[in-house]
Amino acid sequence: MTEQQRTLTAELAAAEPQPEPSALMVNLIGLATIVRKEVRRVLRIWIQTIIPPAITMTLYFIIFGSLIGRRIGDMDGVPYTAFIAPGLIMMSVITNSFGNVVSSFFSGKLQLHLEEMLVAPLSHVTIVVGYVAGGVVRGLLVGGLVTVVAMFFTDLYVVHPLVTISTVVLVAATFSIAGLINAIFAKTFDDISIIPTFVLTPLTYLGGVFFSTSLLSPFWQGVAHANPILYMVNAFRYGMLGASDVSMATAYAIMLGAFVVLFALALFLLHRGTGVRQ
Amino acid sequence: MDALVIEKLRKVYPNGVEALKGIDLTVREGDFFALLGPNGAGKTTAIGIITSLVTKTSGRVAVFGRDLDRERDAAKRLIGVVPQEVNLNMFERNFNTLVNQAGYYGVPPRIARVRAEKYLKALHLWDRRDDIARNLSGGMKRRLMIARALVHEPKLLILDEPTAGVDIEIRRSMWDLMRDINASGVTIILTTHYLEEAESLCRNIAIIDEGRIIENDTMQNVISKLQREAFVLTLDRQIHEAPRLDGYTVRLRNDYEIEVEVAKEQGLNRMFEALTAQNLTVVSMRTKTNRLEELFMRLVEGKQAEAQA
Repeated sequence: MTEQQRTLTAELAAAEPQPEPSALMVNLIGLATIVRKEVRRVLRIWIQTIIPPAITMTLYFIIFGSLIGRRIGDMDGVPYTAFIAPGLIMMSVITNSFGNVVSSFFSGKLQLHLEEMLVAPLSHVTIVVGYVAGGVVRGLLVGGLVTVVAMFFTDLYVVHPLVTISTVVLVAATFSIAGLINAIFAKTFDDISIIPTFVLTPLTYLGGVFFSTSLLSPFWQGVAHANPILYMVNAFRYGMLGASDVSMATAYAIMLGAFVVLFALALFLLHRGTGVRQ
Repeated sequence: MDALVIEKLRKVYPNGVEALKGIDLTVREGDFFALLGPNGAGKTTAIGIITSLVTKTSGRVAVFGRDLDRERDAAKRLIGVVPQEVNLNMFERNFNTLVNQAGYYGVPPRIARVRAEKYLKALHLWDRRDDIARNLSGGMKRRLMIARALVHEPKLLILDEPTAGVDIEIRRSMWDLMRDINASGVTIILTTHYLEEAESLCRNIAIIDEGRIIENDTMQNVISKLQREAFVLTLDRQIHEAPRLDGYTVRLRNDYEIEVEVAKEQGLNRMFEALTAQNLTVVSMRTKTNRLEELFMRLVEGKQAEAQA
């Protein structure tokens, strides 16, 4: 053993005694650690997490906004490009919040490094909130970038700032939790693409991103109103444009309800150990 | 105080496999304890339950008096674990892996960074602090996992095959490190396939087989249970038949080597005297098999024979 190694092992033997932190302090420091790790991940792979949705949304604005939108004219009293802007921003927030958490949590399961958190004295609330915070950050970053892109194609304004901000944060958080639940159940990579492809995308496209439900027949209006994403898109559109197909009270009830139910479900699953403990 | 108390611990997996059949085990504070057993014996399940990665079916586990059911978080804070399978975030910087792990245990970032440096240096990984785990060799990954297990300075360290795939030089330096950690007051539970490692490091031992503890004693007592031991002696000159050594069973292995079976009560002195009288000089000597390995096989085979009978 070298002299340097001897010094180091002597240092190890003299581990400094630390006062035992309270459970609250452990969880607060743990939460900050998870959030920092998740945000660092989003920024480290920005070319996968931030840029692609911005390019996709730019194409939407060029094709549906500038090219086709001119022929459509106004919808709900606003130019078509301005009409679809809130929906496209919300669509990018939904898919990116969901995608961030589902891939990060599933990769933790697959590489087993999720165990780092499971063996630690962290509450399940801390783990859920930490991952959700990462998803919200990515959702807001991408949503912000898409907003900047939208400003090149149309004049954007915010009629109700509080509604706009509360809606986007609530929706990002709700879909982050949905991503977490998907990752909890997932066993293969196929399992993390089934929900986005077969559930999320159709519901988002039919959620009033590109059209007002007033264009639909009464029967299809009824069907459309069974889609929770319709309420989210319309709440956000109301915040930005002041126009909506649904009442704000119903929209908030559905958004808050979805958030609470999914949060409780995620906690229940982690507590039971579903998909993460043997 | 006991570092670990396990009482009537059972685990039945959903497929019906009973991995643990009601084991009892006590590990004293400050001990260096070996938990051995063949593959599938239940070692990793037991460790999984202690570290909260596996849900137990029934029984009780307490770490330094903290019951895992009633004071789970307090118990978790006292445990550090190095699992058998590599479970590192392959794309995270090695320095951040340690800082993050400390954070999960409530260590403030300033102290976490100091400790990350301390343990990366102790495990000879400081030069690779900015690298990601994916770029490390197998041995380096294992050392990084040890550093990660130590960063919150646990009182009970569980090492599940910590030196698997590590070269001899690093393994010896890891042994020194483990001894130092144990000497600093940290209780260590070690599972290993290198039985020489357990024999060299551990003071107490439990052998687990098919979900049951089949032996639990001091290492010295366990080793002394071996009634006979075989030694291989290398001689200074060529011989063509095995020399006669009264009371010993001798076999010629080749022109220069003989194998001598020695009963526990016989000792080695008379054997050397008899060889000297025949003008034979022993230039080197080694045990034929690892003593612990031999005992291990006897115990396991003995229990299996009992079960069949």
